Amino acid sequence: MFKNRWFVLFALLLSIGLVLGACGASDDDAGNEEDSTGGDSSENTEEETSEENASGDFSVAMVTDVGGVDDKSFNQSAWEGLQAFGEENGMSKGEGYDYAQSESDADYVTNINRLVRQDYNLIYGIGYLLQPAIEEVASQYPDTNFGIVDSVAEGDNIASITFKEHQGSFLAGVAAAKKTESNMVGFVGGVDGALINKFEAGFVAGVKSVNADIEVDVQYAESFAAADKGKLIASNMYDKGVDVIYHASGATGNGVFAQAKDIKNNDPEANVWVIGVDRDQYEEGAVGDTNVTLTSMVKRVDIAVQDVATQAMNGEFPGGEVLEYGLSDDGVSIARTNEEAMTEEIITAIEEWKEKITNGDVEVPSTREDLETYVNSL
Amino acid sequence: MGFIDIIASIIPAAMVYAAPLIFTALGGVFSERSGIINIGLEGLMVMGAFVGIVFHLTFYDTFGAATPWVSIFVAMIVSALFALVHAVASITFRADQVVSGVAINFLALGIGLFLTKQWYDKGQTDMVARPFYATDIPLLSKIPILGEWFFSGWYMTSYLAIILAFVVWFVIFKTPFGLRLRSVGEHPMAADTNGIKVYRMRYIAVMLSGALGGLGGSVYALTVALNFSHSTIVGQGFMALAAVIFGKWHPLGALGAAIFFGFAQSLSIFGSGLPLLEDVPQIFLLIAPYVLTILALAGFIGRAEAPKSLGEPYIKGSR
Repeated sequence: MFKNRWFVLFALLLSIGLVLGACGASDDDAGNEEDSTGGDSSENTEEETSEENASGDFSVAMVTDVGGVDDKSFNQSAWEGLQAFGEENGMSKGEGYDYAQSESDADYVTNINRLVRQDYNLIYGIGYLLQPAIEEVASQYPDTNFGIVDSVAEGDNIASITFKEHQGSFLAGVAAAKKTESNMVGFVGGVDGALINKFEAGFVAGVKSVNADIEVDVQYAESFAAADKGKLIASNMYDKGVDVIYHASGATGNGVFAQAKDIKNNDPEANVWVIGVDRDQYEEGAVGDTNVTLTSMVKRVDIAVQDVATQAMNGEFPGGEVLEYGLSDDGVSIARTNEEAMTEEIITAIEEWKEKITNGDVEVPSTREDLETYVNSL
Repeated sequence: MGFIDIIASIIPAAMVYAAPLIFTALGGVFSERSGIINIGLEGLMVMGAFVGIVFHLTFYDTFGAATPWVSIFVAMIVSALFALVHAVASITFRADQVVSGVAINFLALGIGLFLTKQWYDKGQTDMVARPFYATDIPLLSKIPILGEWFFSGWYMTSYLAIILAFVVWFVIFKTPFGLRLRSVGEHPMAADTNGIKVYRMRYIAVMLSGALGGLGGSVYALTVALNFSHSTIVGQGFMALAAVIFGKWHPLGALGAAIFFGFAQSLSIFGSGLPLLEDVPQIFLLIAPYVLTILALAGFIGRAEAPKSLGEPYIKGSR
């Protein structure tokens, strides 16, 4: 009896596996014909051979981090960049450009190696998590070009793509300073470190440039995935009288939105705003007919990826260089989706400061030390 | 801000954090009181969050303003069914309860993310249109001080959590069902001899823990996170488990522990405005829940005594 039960369970497991396996395969096929889901390697190799026959020209691919190509953030943005690049140059997915999705940290090296063997000329690693993997593989294949987004990697055949987040954050600070009525604004950071400090420094500098009397409350949640802490911090700030919060904290920011929406729902007249990050977070701020998203500091990974691919295709690959995309090349920008909240006055102010930054009149600080000197010089 | 104002912001904030933990911890109490370890609380919360969000996104047009309530109810049912996996493995097939619970954790996240990808074709869902909103209770919120502290800016779900804790206490300690449940967890053979159906009691207990875990997860998702992604539920299930242990497997103990965790969290953020606490480094308040749980386990704070047959599968007829 006892053995029998185990046998039944085993049989059940096997049959479930079979059914689920069957579902997966058919979905995969469908996905490949369209444009999204990543196929398995054998299919890719097939496509790859046909590609070589067809064009045999320049080809480019990217490896996502665990967020996946549809993460509504930089992976997706990078992929959109590649798609735009492909369209411009008459390629199609699998013939000229493609991506490999990483399900775990262990997939990075494998994915990059696979793409190298498929003879892609330029391979991007999206996200700082891929930096060690890109460095490792790049040193083994000096003839292939690599790109790393959001990090700096050593190697003559690697282009490091970074962003001047402090410049975008500066403009977010200008918007916040123009919008605040209580002269108190807040900054919620993910993890306290060099990268997020760039956002903080730029934001504070932007606020203080408009009005040095505005207080900036800076708090870190020490996590990019703690919505509950984000909500606590936001509720603390709003209770203290802060009316605009800029978050650079990934999913922790969901809590900031939740709190702002809560306040707005109970009191439609309340002056509470959130400034989003990385992409336009307008949708996240919707409360009924109003919206708490003032604006968002958008990082244009797509533009950067497209730009480097074009350079590489023209034989001018910036190997070994650290590229910084900022306001002047539209690498970072400020969203204007919330037309009601972004008044004429705010937009004019943003344009003015953008002008000053791009023509070099204002040097936006990117660290806390620089910020101190900057604020003292005001 | 005055002292009273600060307290008035701390209490509702602490309760927002605590409510999902309370629900889930109550589920843990049910399961563990019947003798089944439930490491899978985290997974049950993930399932609850996933179902709650997906149901809300799909049926918002049908139910309108009542959607959050319907969603958490559906999440309860689905999570209870999902907990059946744990029940079947650990009760009927006598698998190791810890291993089975861990499997639940992985499975729930895997299913949630896989289906999100299949249905929405992206890594995370959209935000729900109408989550739970905090409200002021009419009349009661007008009471000076107390009204501000306890009756304004709370979520209805926070009240529900507290009420439910007392209901669970009543069920476990004041009803025949509760007595049977506890006896099954203490000495299943003796219970069996007295005609109590051990397996059935344990199945019910595990499914109740699934329902409450799902409730906790969906409440978290619909008050705090507002969408479902891989980072919606990260560790809350384990915090709830810690609350069960810190609360000594008692529903009201778990309630107190969860509220305490909530306070520790919000004090670490609001504390800078309070006398005395402003000198305490934030980190101590942040680690307080974990340190206290370890102390409780190590027996420094009273004795935390687990149900006697916790973790042992019951084999009918064996001695």
